[in-house]
Amino acid sequence: MPTLPNTQEPVTLDTFLRGLWEENPVFVMLLGMCPVLAVSNSAINALAMGLASTFVLVASNSLVSLLRHFIPKQVRIATYIIIIATFVTMVDYAIQAISLDLYNALGAFIQLIVVNCMILGRAEAYASKQPLGATIINGLGIGAGFTLALLSLGAVREILGAGSLFGIALFGDNFQPWVVMILPPGGFFVLGAWLLIFAWVRQHRQQRLDQEGVPQHDS
Amino acid sequence: MNQEGINQAAVDPGLTYRMLRTLGLVATLSGLLVVLSYRVTLPIIEENKRLAIERALFKVIPGAVMRRDFVITDEGIQRAQQDLEGTTLYAGYNQEGRLKGVALEAAAAGYQDVIRILYGYDPYCQCIRGIEVLKMTETPGIGDKIARDADFQQNFIALEARPHVSGQGLEHAIVPVKHGTKSEPWQIDAISGATISSKAIARMLNDSSQWVVPIIQQHLAVVEAGALNIDDDQRDGPEASLLRVEESRYAHTP
Repeated sequence: MPTLPNTQEPVTLDTFLRGLWEENPVFVMLLGMCPVLAVSNSAINALAMGLASTFVLVASNSLVSLLRHFIPKQVRIATYIIIIATFVTMVDYAIQAISLDLYNALGAFIQLIVVNCMILGRAEAYASKQPLGATIINGLGIGAGFTLALLSLGAVREILGAGSLFGIALFGDNFQPWVVMILPPGGFFVLGAWLLIFAWVRQHRQQRLDQEGVPQHDS
Repeated sequence: MNQEGINQAAVDPGLTYRMLRTLGLVATLSGLLVVLSYRVTLPIIEENKRLAIERALFKVIPGAVMRRDFVITDEGIQRAQQDLEGTTLYAGYNQEGRLKGVALEAAAAGYQDVIRILYGYDPYCQCIRGIEVLKMTETPGIGDKIARDADFQQNFIALEARPHVSGQGLEHAIVPVKHGTKSEPWQIDAISGATISSKAIARMLNDSSQWVVPIIQQHLAVVEAGALNIDDDQRDGPEASLLRVEESRYAHTP
């Protein structure tokens, strides 16, 4: 289980980096799997979804952090949901303004950021207890980790399933796309493969640290 | 609410006020932000929608460079204007203002969800000249071929949709046939392996044109005359007139 700080902590580079590796929302905490599996069928969709979620995460958690002394704990979930829904609506309009094609490709999953447990979880576990600066940096880290994870899935799925990356064809006309990779089962296959790689790297690193006699690092 | 919360509410008289104040404040802030972003993005989103419609429209009506919107009502075909309810009919004209065809939206259930298309109808050859998929969630690599498979698109170069002499429906219904067995101009050669999606296209084209083709042929003069009004409006700039039509269509009552 990742660390859930209850006391204020100094803002360090680790505040940001934790979201990328130790507390990666997708590969470690397995949060927000619905958009991860659903819209990682192409790199551009994955990137757009990652950036949209990051914006909502940082903006809503900043507001939660600013208001943390004013929100009675009895109404905190309702308050967080209103704040998150506000920023999701803003992102929804922004994406429609940027590109209708992208908006249609992402479908209902933009609106569904409201119920992404990664964002509500961060508000509850981090932003409601930490000052604004730490919240923004931690939120950017978690958002970057989420975007990176989505992009890892999206890139692999698009390359295998459509033979392209960011819409640019990589192989010749003779390439036979592995269509299942851009279908829902492909999301599970690629996610499983990435989790396997992540687990293997972590285990490998732990073994090396154990051999060197370094005390176990809590992660 | 947990037991602790209830007890606290009983002993803390200010809590009710604080809860109301917090939720009220957050809801007000939320309202301001949502309305602000809606207002800021609305003109850009409408411009995007207009461009998307025109891109699709000029693709399904070969030779069209100008558009005019009409509405099909119980009384026939009228120029689009605010508060006029009915099915939208887009007419495409060439540079000289000659009618090149009309386009309509059609929809039917596909393999997973509803498929929505825009199709172009040429009232002079009495045939469908092109389709453009607006929205679908068909299986990638299989059903989604309806949007880009070159062989399938060949069906819509001149798909016959001739009105019946009685003025009701079509002379020949538009029907899908097994891949490679198309022999009549009103048949659609289905994509092998994507029969459900192909049938959906045939069904939506048939349903829509059975109803609309006789109306278009009957009121063709109204649509043909539409280009004259484009010239009138263009005195104060072509973009202005087009945008005005658009505004009336999408205007949201505040």
